[in-house]
Amino acid sequence: MKSRFPQFLAALFFAALFFAAMPQLALAQTHHLRLPRTVEAGKAFAVETAGSGKGVLYIVGPGQVLRRDVQLGETTFFVDGDLHNAGHYLALLVGDSSMDTGAFDVVAANQPAALSFLAKPSRLPVDLHDGISGVAYVFDTFQNLILAPTQVSFQLSGIAGPGQTRYVSTHNGVAWAKMDSAAKEGASQFVARAGDVVDKRVIQEVPGDPCSLRISAKPAGQRLELETEPVRDCSGNTVPDGTIVTFTETYKGGQATVDVPLKRGVARTDMPAYKGATISVATGVVMGNEIRWGKE
Amino acid sequence: MKKPGGSRGAGKILLIACSVFASGLVLGSEQPAVRLEPTNSVGPRLLEKQTETAVVRDYLQAWQSFSGALEQNRANLLDADFVGVARDKLASTIQEQAKLGIQTRYRDTAHDLQLVFYSPEGLSIQLIDTVEYDVQILDREKVRTTQHVRARYVAVLTPTEVRWKVRVFQAEPEY
Repeated sequence: MKSRFPQFLAALFFAALFFAAMPQLALAQTHHLRLPRTVEAGKAFAVETAGSGKGVLYIVGPGQVLRRDVQLGETTFFVDGDLHNAGHYLALLVGDSSMDTGAFDVVAANQPAALSFLAKPSRLPVDLHDGISGVAYVFDTFQNLILAPTQVSFQLSGIAGPGQTRYVSTHNGVAWAKMDSAAKEGASQFVARAGDVVDKRVIQEVPGDPCSLRISAKPAGQRLELETEPVRDCSGNTVPDGTIVTFTETYKGGQATVDVPLKRGVARTDMPAYKGATISVATGVVMGNEIRWGKE
Repeated sequence: MKKPGGSRGAGKILLIACSVFASGLVLGSEQPAVRLEPTNSVGPRLLEKQTETAVVRDYLQAWQSFSGALEQNRANLLDADFVGVARDKLASTIQEQAKLGIQTRYRDTAHDLQLVFYSPEGLSIQLIDTVEYDVQILDREKVRTTQHVRARYVAVLTPTEVRWKVRVFQAEPEY
């Protein structure tokens, strides 16, 4: 006698398929749910239901989940703040003998309430073209990224010279700008503004590399006292103390080197006063003047 | 009286049916199809291939964490891949779900990714994902519905010590 087991399994499988498809069939046949297409985050909205009897309404999304017991045929109201996270939501209405689903979107409010402002760097040399970057992400009061274009202004103002302002419209919630550092050293305020929301960062603009270097020498017994003029960058700012200045003395094929940090913008040292010696000075990539001392 | 071979015919149907069923099972655990739009320009900073690869990998991993966390109602599963606002919002959803006795199963099936912005200082990267996924809603462990969804997500990722983490994770309407 042949086994009927395979036929039984096949029948079981197709029965399972049929029952699995049941909810979808029910969905296709019922229209008990009327939803708004979009809702502004945090705003009140209503969901209309049809039919009779009691039901449960689910609003489900990654940002929020709500469940309400509802009376079918009546409108369910959601008050301000009930649904405040932007995103895509599924609505599911389950009645005693019916089920319906729908979907809608919650979008961010267009009123900026917070900025995520990234400003870099916090310290940089003066007079650098496009040296400072600012990026602003614009959020509403519920920390939803506002994806509608929003005007953002970036303003950099220092202690001297005119400030710079750039107006940029956000794209996908983000705006960015690049600014030049000021010609004068000091602290600048970097401000991003969207609507009434303002966020500030302080950018420290420091002198750039030395622009020129000059030394003078005077005898002091068997030694020479060497001193630089105040060391400045190309915009005339005094180069910061601690910057190393290298003095080099060359005499009869021999060489002596002294590294001296700037103190109050000036580097000082002393070296042996050999007649015929050549003394040079350098800092970074800048070479200073050369001094030839006396005659052999 | 049965026709000869009748049992063999039923066996064939069963075999095909089982294959379909098995493939359905496999589909449930398959990796999503991922398509990355060619990246011509992402704003002020050049996007290195290595960075692009890492961002996509970490974003897709974030979907796995998100899916597991919302299915099991365990917010700590988000920690490896989400940070800031995105983590807080998802954790809050998990809290709401747990309170209501609801679970949600998100199964991403396809991602169409486009990297759209890499900030000049390298501290954030933004992508748009046209994603397809199935959502199953369970109330007190009873499946209420399974829906297929296609949505457009905007995500902002920021670098941490070892990986990119999702800081903003938000769907927007597809117009």
